[in-house]
Parts: sequence; C-alpha cells; structure tokens
Amino acid sequence: MRRKPEGLWAWILILISAAFLVLMLIAPLAVVLTESLREGLKVFRAAISDFYAVRALYLTLEVTLVTVILNTLFGVVAAWALTRFNFRGKRLLITIIDIPFAVSPVIAGLIFILTFGRMSALNPWLQANDIKVVFAIPGIVLATVFVTFPFVAREIIPVLEARGTEEEEAAVLMGAGLFTIFWRVTFPHLRWALLYSVILCTARAMGEFGAVSVVSGRLRGKTLTLPLHVEILYDEYHFGPAFAVASLLVMAAVVILAARNLVEWLAKKERR
Amino acid sequence: MYVKITGINKRFGDFPAVQDATFTIRRGALAALLGPSGSGKTTLLRMIAGLEHPDSGDIVVDDRRLNDIAPSQRGVGFVFQHYALFRYMTVFDNIAFGLKVKKMPRAAIRQRVEELLTLVGMAGLAKRYPAQLSGGQRQRVAFARAIAPSPHLLLLDEPFAAIDAKVRRELRVWLRDMVGKLNLTSIFVTHDQDEAIEVADEIIVTNQGRVEQRGAPVELYRAPATPFVTGFIGDSIQLDNCQLIKGFEELGPVPGAVRPEFIGVFHPEAEIPYANSAIDAKVVRLAFRGDTFEVGLDLRGCPLTARYALDSRPIAVGEIVKVLVWRLYAFTGERVALVNNNCTGDHPQGYSYVI
Amino acid sequence: MASGIRKRVVPGFGLSLGLTLAYTGVMVLIPMASLVFQSSSLGWSEFWAAVTDPRILASYRVSFVCSFVAACINAVFGLLLAWVLVRYRFPGRRILDGLIELPFALPTAVAGISLTALYSNKGFLGKPLEDIGIKVAYTQVGIIIALTFIGLPFIVRAVQPVLEEMDSCYEEAALILGASRTRVFFTVILPEILPAALTGFGLAFGRGLGEYGSVIFIAGNMPYKTEIAPLLIMTKLEQFNYDEATAVALVMLVASFAVMFLVNCVQSRKLRYLGHD
Repeated sequence: MRRKPEGLWAWILILISAAFLVLMLIAPLAVVLTESLREGLKVFRAAISDFYAVRALYLTLEVTLVTVILNTLFGVVAAWALTRFNFRGKRLLITIIDIPFAVSPVIAGLIFILTFGRMSALNPWLQANDIKVVFAIPGIVLATVFVTFPFVAREIIPVLEARGTEEEEAAVLMGAGLFTIFWRVTFPHLRWALLYSVILCTARAMGEFGAVSVVSGRLRGKTLTLPLHVEILYDEYHFGPAFAVASLLVMAAVVILAARNLVEWLAKKERR
Repeated sequence: MYVKITGINKRFGDFPAVQDATFTIRRGALAALLGPSGSGKTTLLRMIAGLEHPDSGDIVVDDRRLNDIAPSQRGVGFVFQHYALFRYMTVFDNIAFGLKVKKMPRAAIRQRVEELLTLVGMAGLAKRYPAQLSGGQRQRVAFARAIAPSPHLLLLDEPFAAIDAKVRRELRVWLRDMVGKLNLTSIFVTHDQDEAIEVADEIIVTNQGRVEQRGAPVELYRAPATPFVTGFIGDSIQLDNCQLIKGFEELGPVPGAVRPEFIGVFHPEAEIPYANSAIDAKVVRLAFRGDTFEVGLDLRGCPLTARYALDSRPIAVGEIVKVLVWRLYAFTGERVALVNNNCTGDHPQGYSYVI
Repeated sequence: MASGIRKRVVPGFGLSLGLTLAYTGVMVLIPMASLVFQSSSLGWSEFWAAVTDPRILASYRVSFVCSFVAACINAVFGLLLAWVLVRYRFPGRRILDGLIELPFALPTAVAGISLTALYSNKGFLGKPLEDIGIKVAYTQVGIIIALTFIGLPFIVRAVQPVLEEMDSCYEEAALILGASRTRVFFTVILPEILPAALTGFGLAFGRGLGEYGSVIFIAGNMPYKTEIAPLLIMTKLEQFNYDEATAVALVMLVASFAVMFLVNCVQSRKLRYLGHD
C-alpha cells in the first residue's frame, strides 16, 4: 500500500543527500584542483617545487611523524592502564585525557606560549640553556601533540573495555609476562582500531593550522608547516601557488580518507 | 585434605563477596562450588587461582600456602566461563601458549599438544581459530589449554554456562570422565544444582558470601544443614508453620519444608496405615511425569506437591484424598532437623537434629 | 599477613599508569594550568574589562550564533544523511559514506581557502548567489558555511551506529499496528536516535566555537560583524597582549567545557532511558 511513495520518497531523500554532499564536500575539493591549475601547469610545478614549499613539506612530515609516534605510544599505554585495572580517579583521568577535544586550537597554541614563552617562569632557565620552544619546532610539535592528544587513546579504550580481561588473566595464569601478554594476546585485538586511529591522528596532525600558527612565529624555511605556507601564499595574493600547495594537502587527505575506509572495511570483514 | 580454605574474607567496596569461608576438598575429588549468582562462588574460585586476593584467611593446597604466591606459580589450571581462548591464535597455539611461556623445547610442545588434542577428541582441528569452533569444541580446547602445563589443581568457572542445553549434558559426562581419567583434583563453579549433583563428588553450597554446607550430593539432599540448602538442593515445598500438619503439633509454630517423597497420597477409599494421622486434602493439579503423577494438593490452604504411583487407584482433580506426611524438615533459626511423624512411633520424644 | 596493598593480577599497572600520568601532566595539565596561572596575574576588574569589551562581546556573539546555526543545519542534514546511508542501498552509497569524514581529513586552512574561492563574488557558487542577492563570502553566512563544513561528520557519525543497530521489529510492530510511516518516524525512531543526535550536535557546536582555520579566510574578519572569538585571541597575541588573550581564552574555554559537560549529561541520560548502566 505504502510501497510506491516509499520508493519515490527514498529517491528524493537520496538525491537531496547526494546534492548536499556534492555541494558541501566535493565542490570545495574540485575548486582547489581547478584553482591550482588556473594559472597553468608551470606555476603549479614551480609552486610545489619551491624551496620553501619543500621545506614546509618536510617540516610537516617530521612533525606529523613525531606526533603520531608519541600519541600512539601514549594511547596504547593509557588504554592499558585505564582498561586493565580499576583504580580511584579513573573517570577523572579519562575526562582529563579528553580535554584537548574541547579546547580551541588557538587556545592550544596560547597555552604553550604561556608555558614556554617570554612570560613563563621557565623562560630564564630555557634561555640559560639556549632552548627555544616557542616560535621554533619544539613548540610546533607540542601544539600538534596537544591537539591530537586523545585520538589514539579514545579509539582503542572502548575496544579493550568491551573485551574484558579474561584473556590476559588466562595468560597470566600460564606465566606469561607483560610483554608477551601485550604482543601475543592484547595487540591482535587492537590492531585495526590502532591503525584507524593512527590514520585519523595523522590527518589531524598534518593539517593542524590554528594551534601551529600561534606558536610557529612564521619563520620562512624554518617554522612554516605546509598549511601555514598555504596561508602565507594566499595572504600575499599568490592564489595559484597557494592552491597548488593546497592541492598536495588535498591529495594527502584523499589518500588518508581512502586508507581509513579500507581499514574500516578490512576490520569489518575480519569480524565476520 | 588436599585443598584447605580457612577463614577467607573478601569485600568489594561495601559489598561482602565472601565471608569467613572455610572448607576442604579431598585429593582427586571433583568438587562443585554451588550457589545462586552473587553468592561469592566465582570470587572464591578466582582467589584460589590468584586472580583475586582475599582480605584475610588462608588458601592451602597440598600443604603449601598459596596466598602470597604468584598466580602462575600456583600450579593451577583455569577454565574461564567464556573460555577466554586467545581469539587470534589457532587451537594449537592456544594449547601451546603455557608451554611456550615455560620455554619447553619445540618438539616437546608439539608432542604434548598433539597428545592433548587426541585426549579431548579434537585431533585434526589444530589449525582452526576459536571462532571456527562450536561451543562444545571451544570448551574442550579451553580444557586442554588449562591442563597443558600439568597443573595440580583444575579450576573451572561455570564451564557449561555458555553451551546450549543439548550439548551441555554430553559435556558434563565428558568432563567427569576426563577428570577421572587424569585423577586431577578439580573445582568447578555452577549455579545449577542438577549439574552439581550429576557431576560432582563433593558439593560446597554458598549463599550470600557464606559457605552453607559441604558434602557429597546425597548427604546434602538427605541432610541439609540450613534452610537455604534444603530449598536449593532437590525439590521441596516451604511450610510457614509445621504445626498445621497432623503429627507434628509438638514442633510448635516453626517454619519447615517437605519433599515430595515425604508425602503419602492415598485414594479416599484406600486402606491407610496410621489412619488417625491422615489429613484430607484436595487435588488441585495432576501432571503426568512419566513414572509417576505429580499431584498438587491443597491441605487446609497450604499448597503441597507430592507424587502418586501410576498403578494406584486413579484420582482426579477436585477429589478429596487422604494425605500422610511421613516426615519433614523443621527449621529452628539456621538449623534444620529431619522430623518423623510422631504417629509412626519411631521417635516418640519428638525429633532429633541431623548434623 | 594478608595484603594491605591490593595486588593486581595483570602486570604493568604501575608502569602504564605512571607513564600515562606523566605524559598527561606534561602535555595537558601543566599547559592548561599556565592559562589559569596567567589569568590570575590579571586583577578581577582588568579581567572583567577585558572580557566585556564591546568588540570582544561582539566576537562571542558571532561565534555563538554562527556555531549554533551551523550545528542546526548539520542536525537536519546529518539526520537525513545518516538515514539515507543506513536505510537505502543505492549506487554510490559507499562513496558518499566514505566522503563523510572529509572535513576531518582535510586541513582546515585548505578548507578555508577553497570555500572562500567557491563562495566569493567571482566564485562558482558565490557568483550566482550574489546575482540573487545573497552575499556569502565575508559575511556571517560565510562563517556558517565554513562551520557547517567542519561540523558535518559529527552528527552523521553519531547517529549512524544507532540507526544501524536499531532493531527493525519495533518499527514493524508499529506499522502492523497501523501507524503511518511519518508517525513511526516521530514516535518510534526519533526517540531512539535523539540522544545520539544531541551528542553529535553538542560536538559540532563545540568544535564550531573553537574553529579557526576554516573560518578566517571566508569571514573577512570585520570587527563587530564577522570577527570570531578565536581570531581575537590570535590578534591579541600578535600584539603581545597576553593578558587579554588569556582572558578571552578563559571565557571561551569555560563555554566549551560547558558544552562538553552538557554532551556528557545527555549521554548518561540516554544510557538511563535505554536501560543500560
């Protein structure tokens, strides 16, 4: 009785959804690509092989790598502490780990300026030891780590939580040590969630803009990451080059997105 | 005694999970820790394994105090309720895990695992993953994994709970045979009294964190020590006031319980021994139970369940029959006494406590 | 005798908790504390003057209104997308589904410049819109569009799993009882997905409040009109006015935490009425 309009309605809803996604998501992607080629292939090639662009690319990759390694290790260790044991203050710790999600990237940058900058109590000591944090690479790493801090922990905690501790207990009873238990028993359960969260963390770390722009100081060739490089080109009205460099980031984003979906698909397949 | 548990207490926050638990288990016995959920039986088992630590009390196995010994050094095998098989390892690797951890030579591991696989009837399935096995097969693998390092004591937490009813009966028999063959002292936790009675040599009944009674299944059935055990093991009907039953007036207004076989049901016209002690009761329910009828009776407002032989003179629902209660359990506080009907003259002075 | 210390069976407690606390302390707690420390060097009256400056108040208003409107748009389209992606099988569904996370994967600055190019008066969408009298770039509409882009995945991804796991028997029962499809949606399905939708709404709203990169290019950043609060923090910092930057940041932070807190409340309430504990 209601089958026919249901079919029609379904198609209308599908069309609205598709149109919305095309308008909101595909159009901006397409614009980056068309704008990057508007001034010709030559400009494009020059922009992406520009010395400062390449430096910015390397810096972005380095910062991303360090961030992802640190936060992945942290995520695994924190998930172990928070799901294999019960202790007082556990809920509070989980809440604290989530704090960076609620903090604006600009504020994330600000707090590191306050902690390590001219105003800070640490400043005399940092100066004495000739350590530069703010307006230098350590500051960029710190800000990026902060912004992506909960990514891995948040993704794998529910996975471990849902599983309970029986397998680990069985391994303990048979005399296995921490390392053996983790690698042989726990890790295999984690690997998809871990891979998934590492991908998300990479995306965010690579593209972080607000926090990094606060602590970077924008020293060309020194503290510019790729997103900051794009901003500077854009602000200087070098639109073609700006979009050319942006298109690199778009491609990275598309690869990350594809990887994310692949991982999700593989994980689902294995579960079945 | 092989296993000696003395004065164990364990609290989880405000909740007393185990209170002053004391019991022993013979070498080579297959013992059941039986109780309703929340009675502390699993906590007790986990404390013996070292997965939980008692607040006070001693756990002694084979004259060795285990309290401060690491779980892996206690020489216990543990079968978890949901088996806790390592999901990402094959059957072979699961069973071999404990042996690899012990750094046993490869060839020896191979041999031992194959031996165990044959023992549990899973030869040829070594390369499967747990997800590819049936519930019963998983249980066998969990069993093999637990006994692979040759433990002195095997602990099983609700070993049949996750298996469907049909396979469960088979597995009970299988477990009994297997433990018997290995002559391995074993303790298993269950909430199912039929399971405990069928499988165990000894049963330890727990309730609300306390050990109510320990004994062979027959002992528990014949001579329950507490009102709880009376109700938990075997069929029985609770009585609010034993005085209401003819022949037990001397007991005073104490509560009690009757098992179906304690009640004689007679056709109204039948010859009855001790006729002056018989009471009229109305048949309210009659159900065919194969070898007997189960009769629901209304005895002056008190509902009773009794059995009635198939070859006796037929009775019908609504009919008034003669009922004679041969004996009953009378409760005084936490104690239980088996009391015979004084008309039978066996115990003219009233009653005596049993255990 | 018996242990006063609770022994733990699974190894690695001290190690993992110690590392977690140390890393969280260094990366989160100390930096966050420095914010509170810095603001305490400000007197109350200076703090009050800083956060009630008309230009700053205007920026709060812009941030709040635009985030809220964007979150509302996302609530509508997020529910629609989740519904369509879960309930219908159509060619291209996988691709649409895979695209949802694009705003998470795309650097915000890139999103910012491309949305600006798209909606500027010369842009592919901006030009026709301007022809019918709607200016997008460098107005609050532009900010709303940027924040809608950023917040798009939150509601879809919050609602999708709930819809997927929803047992269709309730729906079928209601249909058999003669309820119309619309009625079924509002009385049976909506109550089930509402908590998840509210959670997603809160997350999108919170993200919008703090968002910087995607907004600043399209906003035009005119004081009192299209200047968002995070940008003002940035401006103060560039003037080395750390005290005022801190004051503005603190107010924003309190607002974000309030949103997070409400989200958590919704989540725990949802658990109650769905009967979990």
